[in-house]
Amino acid sequence: MPLKRFLPLFVFAGILIAFMIGLSLKPSEIPSALIDKPVPDFSLPPLQGDGIGLSTEDLLDPENIVIVNFFASWCGPCRVEHPALELLSKLDGVKLHGIAYKDRPKNSLSFLKSLGNPYDKIGTDLKGRVAIDWGVTGTPETFIIKNGIIRYQHIGPIHQIQVEDRILPIIRNLQQEGTS
Amino acid sequence: MIAELGHYFLVLALGLAVIQAIFPMIGAAQGSARMMMLGQPAAYGQFFFSLLAFLALTYSYLISDFSVAVIARNSHSLKPLLYKISGVWGNHEGSLLFWVMFLALFGAMVAYFGRGLPKSLRARVLSVQAMVGIGFYLFMLLTSNPFDRLADVPFEGNGLNPLLQDPGLVFHPPFLYLGYVGLSVVFSFAIAALIEGRVDPAWARWVRPWTLLAWVFLTIGIVLGSWWAYYELGWGGWWAWDPVENASFMPWLVATALLHSAIVVEKRDTLKSWTILLAIIAFSFSLLGTFIVRSGIITSVHAFATDPERGLYILVFLALVIGGSLLLFAIRSDKLQAGGLFAPISRESGLMINNLFLSVATAVVLYGTMHPLLSDAFFGVKSSVGAPFFNLVFSLLMIPLVVTMVYGPHLKWKRADIKGINQRLMAVTGIALLAGLMTFYATYGGAIMPAVWIGIGVWLLLSSLQELSNRIKLFQVPFKDSMSRLRRQPRSSWGMTLGHFGFAVGLLGIVGTSAWTIEAQKVMGLGEDMTIGDYRLTLKDVIPVAGPNYTAVRGIISVSPKNAEENGKSFMAYPETRTYVSSPITTTEGDVKTTMAGDLFVVIGESQGQGRWGIRAYYKPMQVWFWIGTTIVVLGGLISLSDRRYRIGTPQRQKASRKVKHAP
Amino acid sequence: MKFLLIPILFMTLVLNAGAIGVDKDRLQDPEQEARAQHLMKQLRCLVCQNQSIVESDAELAQDLRAIVREQISAGKTDPEIFKFMTTRYGDWVLLKPPFNSATVILWLGPIALLLVGGFLIFRTIRRKPEQDIARPLTAAEEKHLEKIIKGDNQ
Repeated sequence: MPLKRFLPLFVFAGILIAFMIGLSLKPSEIPSALIDKPVPDFSLPPLQGDGIGLSTEDLLDPENIVIVNFFASWCGPCRVEHPALELLSKLDGVKLHGIAYKDRPKNSLSFLKSLGNPYDKIGTDLKGRVAIDWGVTGTPETFIIKNGIIRYQHIGPIHQIQVEDRILPIIRNLQQEGTS
Repeated sequence: MIAELGHYFLVLALGLAVIQAIFPMIGAAQGSARMMMLGQPAAYGQFFFSLLAFLALTYSYLISDFSVAVIARNSHSLKPLLYKISGVWGNHEGSLLFWVMFLALFGAMVAYFGRGLPKSLRARVLSVQAMVGIGFYLFMLLTSNPFDRLADVPFEGNGLNPLLQDPGLVFHPPFLYLGYVGLSVVFSFAIAALIEGRVDPAWARWVRPWTLLAWVFLTIGIVLGSWWAYYELGWGGWWAWDPVENASFMPWLVATALLHSAIVVEKRDTLKSWTILLAIIAFSFSLLGTFIVRSGIITSVHAFATDPERGLYILVFLALVIGGSLLLFAIRSDKLQAGGLFAPISRESGLMINNLFLSVATAVVLYGTMHPLLSDAFFGVKSSVGAPFFNLVFSLLMIPLVVTMVYGPHLKWKRADIKGINQRLMAVTGIALLAGLMTFYATYGGAIMPAVWIGIGVWLLLSSLQELSNRIKLFQVPFKDSMSRLRRQPRSSWGMTLGHFGFAVGLLGIVGTSAWTIEAQKVMGLGEDMTIGDYRLTLKDVIPVAGPNYTAVRGIISVSPKNAEENGKSFMAYPETRTYVSSPITTTEGDVKTTMAGDLFVVIGESQGQGRWGIRAYYKPMQVWFWIGTTIVVLGGLISLSDRRYRIGTPQRQKASRKVKHAP
Repeated sequence: MKFLLIPILFMTLVLNAGAIGVDKDRLQDPEQEARAQHLMKQLRCLVCQNQSIVESDAELAQDLRAIVREQISAGKTDPEIFKFMTTRYGDWVLLKPPFNSATVILWLGPIALLLVGGFLIFRTIRRKPEQDIARPLTAAEEKHLEKIIKGDNQ
């Protein structure tokens, strides 16, 4: 019984094991290209008649953890995550900014009027070019930033349970990081 | 009621499969003829009941019985009849039923036509066939029952995606499945041979028609799929190296290798364990193609996780079938002793090299398909492996394969004279070189690989003709004698000649269309024109059209030669964009004008307002060569299949095994 | 394309097959446009299944096409354009993955397999004659032979 005849079996077992491990490991949903990189340079105009726009300087805030959320009124999941955003915006030491992605300012405004506006500042990315600089593939997407460095990227809506499970621990960690 | 009957038949078929799996196997081991004899009636009965179950589901589709979950999910009462029928196999549960029904049919065919087989071999083949069947029946009954009812019966079904309502897609999946299932017979023969500890030329002869049949079905299935993609998807792509496509391509590659290595077993009584291994692997890929693709594991890990029960069953089933047979292979294959000797330059070596490249090609496709999953899991890096990668690797890997194809058929068994072949091929080689150089000159400044490939394609094309003319001694004996030799050529060698010739034709098509496709697009108002290649397209009119279950806009476009003074025929093209009633989906029906030189592919897009329309056009040189080439390949397979010596009704072993040394 | 009828797959596919748009920003210079096409074929449409941005009418794909064309007219080189894409989306955006530690098997695997397989074939072809001509009998054969000699074979 020469060993080489077991080779196909071993190869198959290898593939199978790789598969099992591959399945049990959590797939990273994030193309992490921008993690631990400084925020991109940008400057966006405000929503009509609504204060000031959003630019890179706003994200360099040394006092607070900064969260940037890409949203659009035409995006269904954005409605889903809205309560989560409200919650995050009320946290101490956290600033939540929004970028309206490929959305008519009028529509964004009425979207925020009906659901409430959790954002501190809002920029409008009409052509979606700034979103590309952020490596965004669609709305909603959320970034957590500290000292102008992107630390976490969340693709898709933030569900209520994810706030407790994922987002809050990350924010707490980042806050402690500075103090210790 | 009918659905419950169907469910009941399925259980009966499972019961018979259990009988078919157990008794013949024990009978063969104990030499009990009576127990072995149980295999045939069980196989017939199993087929009968699985057919009834299949008919029950088909009937439920025809009457649009939306109380059956599968039908509510995938059908619609207003769907054309053809698509109601094709809906039966157009979903996970139904396709499994289709699969297992043909598995049982093929088992019944082995039982019926296998009367010439040694009793123990037939018993074991039937048993293995039934074991695979049991896996499928259980999978269906436990996790994916096509006859599951809904508590709340919807008034109307969800309908079938309009993109899939296309004749090309009606026949694409069943052919693919027939190919997959056909390989199960080859697999059963391999396992039975391992248990018997005996593989000889007679075995290879029995297996050959099944391999060929499965391979022909697979080829048809794959080509139909890419034909559909070409016409339906609107940008003239016909192969994208998508995981789903790769899953069907891998068993094809392995089956092709198997087809060739089995010849060595048959003619020279050697390469046996390798051939057995290929048979196992080919069927393993069929299973992967059936299960893994449907479960969505390759494209999305999440789809797999959403139904852990199914996922776990699939993993365990695959591990048992593939792992079990490879274990058996490890333990038993050294019983298979190598036979005939051969020199390094010989037909045998040629076929081995062919097998090497086909195997490596399979491995490339397998790893390339799995790489994103593995890279994500082990390196945490999301990565993509797409057409540019596969095209590059294949365009390099296929060169030595085609060179082997040029020489292989000219090589003699045992020992061949390469110098002699080179001399005979001198003219052919010269022409091929010239073709390559001319292409290089004509496309000077462009990429160099297409020119190389045109040369290689022409070389293969001519050398396969040359090989035929050598065989009939064309120009060496009087023409009449040559013709009578031509008529007497065995059909299996016609199969080889046509297979290789068709491959060359298709290859040239692939080179032409992938290297020199040009495209143009423009927003046009009525009366405006655009040029692509040597054509000028003028938008004459855009009219609304109503179809049976869609509405469409149809462009009326006149196509004329680019230069007005040139004499050339003008013709019209009528591309459409269809919007379906049942779902808010549009499909494009490009209009394709085919000539041997190339296809002109015209697509009309959405209105851009103010009476202007987006028009896209592609010129795809030699596209039709691919379809012609693959058709010739399939024809070759069918002709070879009809060779009297290799019909499924088989020759006796005694006759074939005269020169075989038996292992003690 | 994906022709195996997977509903999930077709969801995205349909969205793309649906709207046939026309790029209005095509480059005037045919050579530059050809270069753009070549590059775009190698960039993944990130919101599609395994399609390049050429084959997709998803909005993001349109935007990325526009960027490729802009950068070509701005005189950027191919590596610069790829770099632009990978800094934003990672290697994931490349349909032909670059050679690095994570893709060693992908790129070198085929060569390694060819070498190993070629070696195995070489050995088979080479070794066979000696093996078959002068192979000592196995124990089973020895026994069998003995039986034959004794004359009680079957």
